[in-house]
Amino acid sequence: MKPTAHTFPANATKALADPNLQIALGKLRTNYVGAIAAARARLPEFETLRDEARDIKNHVLAHLDLYLEEFERKVTEVGGVVHWASTHAEARALILDICRKAGAKTVTKGKSMISEEIALNDHLAANGIEPVETDLGEYLIQIRNEPPSHIIGPAVHLTREQVEADFRRLHTHLPKGRSLGEATELVAEARGILRERFLAADVGITGANFLIAETGTTVIVTNEGNGDLTQTLPKTHIVLASIEKVVPTLEDVSTILRVLARSATGQEISTYTTFSTGPRRPGDPDGPEQFHVVLLDGGRSEILGTEYRDILRCIRCGACMDHCPVYHAVGGHAYGWVYPGPIGAALNPALIGLEEAGHLPNASTFCGRCEEVCPMRIPLPRIMRFWREKQFALGRTGAPAKRAMRLWAWFARRPALYHLGARIAMPLLRLAARGRGRFHKLPQMGGWTDHRDFPAPEGSTFQAQWAKRRGGLP
Amino acid sequence: MSRDNPHARDVMLARIRRALGVAGDDVARRVAVQRRLSAPRANTVPARASGSRTELVAAFRARLEQQSATFATAAAIGEVPALVAAYLREHNLPARIRMGSDPAIAALPWSEAPAVQIEHGAAAGSDEVGFSRAIGAAAETGTLVLTSGPDNPTSINFLPETHVILLAAADVAGSYEEIWRRLRTLHGDRTLPRTVNYISGPSRTADIEGMLVMGAHGPRRLHVILVGEAV
Repeated sequence: MKPTAHTFPANATKALADPNLQIALGKLRTNYVGAIAAARARLPEFETLRDEARDIKNHVLAHLDLYLEEFERKVTEVGGVVHWASTHAEARALILDICRKAGAKTVTKGKSMISEEIALNDHLAANGIEPVETDLGEYLIQIRNEPPSHIIGPAVHLTREQVEADFRRLHTHLPKGRSLGEATELVAEARGILRERFLAADVGITGANFLIAETGTTVIVTNEGNGDLTQTLPKTHIVLASIEKVVPTLEDVSTILRVLARSATGQEISTYTTFSTGPRRPGDPDGPEQFHVVLLDGGRSEILGTEYRDILRCIRCGACMDHCPVYHAVGGHAYGWVYPGPIGAALNPALIGLEEAGHLPNASTFCGRCEEVCPMRIPLPRIMRFWREKQFALGRTGAPAKRAMRLWAWFARRPALYHLGARIAMPLLRLAARGRGRFHKLPQMGGWTDHRDFPAPEGSTFQAQWAKRRGGLP
Repeated sequence: MSRDNPHARDVMLARIRRALGVAGDDVARRVAVQRRLSAPRANTVPARASGSRTELVAAFRARLEQQSATFATAAAIGEVPALVAAYLREHNLPARIRMGSDPAIAALPWSEAPAVQIEHGAAAGSDEVGFSRAIGAAAETGTLVLTSGPDNPTSINFLPETHVILLAAADVAGSYEEIWRRLRTLHGDRTLPRTVNYISGPSRTADIEGMLVMGAHGPRRLHVILVGEAV
């Protein structure tokens, strides 16, 4: 996917003015946040499981070379083939080659963010192979030629009316007067259309939520069952996964599964969790005859040796974006690459460069909710701060931010003046807010007040409250 | 696989080792990994996964019902064909089912349900009802466990609109870990059947405005026939 992260400010402004997007984002806020909190609360062991999930992945990352070797050995043992791809281009070439050897005309696909990352669909289409996305959300954005806006709900930015309009535009062989106003009708229509594609596909490509070193197994987690039809019906199954997806044992994957669905959708478990070990075996009446796993590095090994390697623990649940006030305001497309929200702000600079993605770690209020809900305990704000510091060290911090910081630093180094200023400014601002407690407009601050109010100070200064609480102790 | 760069694997592994500051022949690291893989240890197992058989069966059923599956119970295995036939009638479904040749379901007294026509083998797009046998279930999340093999096609679990699953109450486990232990006993260590399906309800999607709709691509209806213990 071609990144547009460098135009984040313009993307965000456009998103804030898009009425359809704002309606869709409102629904996201109400649908997931409560369900996730309830699912976590129902499992008293949730916090312990988070610790263990974190430790499992830390152990894997420290032994990543060996677990990948073991995974490959076990896949080979059952008749599968593991392919190694350092770069996006290598992964695309390997997959195209497998598809060509299979004589593929159409390829069905389960949802895979790695596939978005390497822009696989464009590459297949350019080489005469038709890719068909089968996850409903992915299908909806494929027919609109859009990237996903959320890692588990790729079409979360769309309204029902937009989907209906697209179906009427594209599915012209169906009766014009048919009723499509309800979500159930839209789902039924997509089911019918995609059912034929499942049955006709020559190759099925899925991602993987996990790779299990113990048994050489790949795991997909879905609610629709599309991934299963994708990988069961065609003669060839290709699994596309990045290297950090490996986990040691079935017990370890069980622990991480317990935090995954609860953090992603608030379900106890996703409807389908499927463990695939190699191709069809002697006597099997169905299943793929060929089983390929393409392992992508794509910049991950570079991250291993850095102070932000924690990012490689991510299991792509989407909880961070579901809870992010910035994501809630601008949606996923504004971030301009595959991974939106806090995970994108922390990961994209590492994968596509700080030059391209430098705005993203700045698009954060540092409220800390992302870290609070991350099932893998990734310190997302700390990693965003790391990128900001790096930008500062490289002299890439913007002039207004630098001016403001210089002004603040000048006062901060003169405590007496700072206290005096704060004591005078606070009541003045309170007065200026005319008892409303907030400002709708402030000079020089349109970037803030155009989209939300600025709170007016209330009560006394922090220093005054601190001194009072400590009873005058130093 | 001629297009594979023969060096790609070594290059990737070397880059990982360089980033980690380790050597590939470090014995201590290899021993740590082998130990973990050859004697898998359970991490924390939720307390809700333990209890008496009756408690586990009840918890399993309650959770799976919450996930929109329906249940019928049979005191004895011989009642199953009649229960299948009754379910098909109740839902106005054709009296034709697709199933594998697993002895647990093929040897049922199907003559008790003479109207039901049975087709064996992998499912086709035209099959409306699939019938399979679960080898177990995990009570902790209301999850059925099905495995593939010569007698158990995977396509039956996903192609037909209605999926009826036979489960013996005695096979209900508490946790995922118990399921893995059972599969290791059945199939050996460090291997699995080609496909293991965890199924926790009928197919669903919330991709249109977050509204939950059943029957996205897989079965619209999931019906469990629980045999053995009264619940």
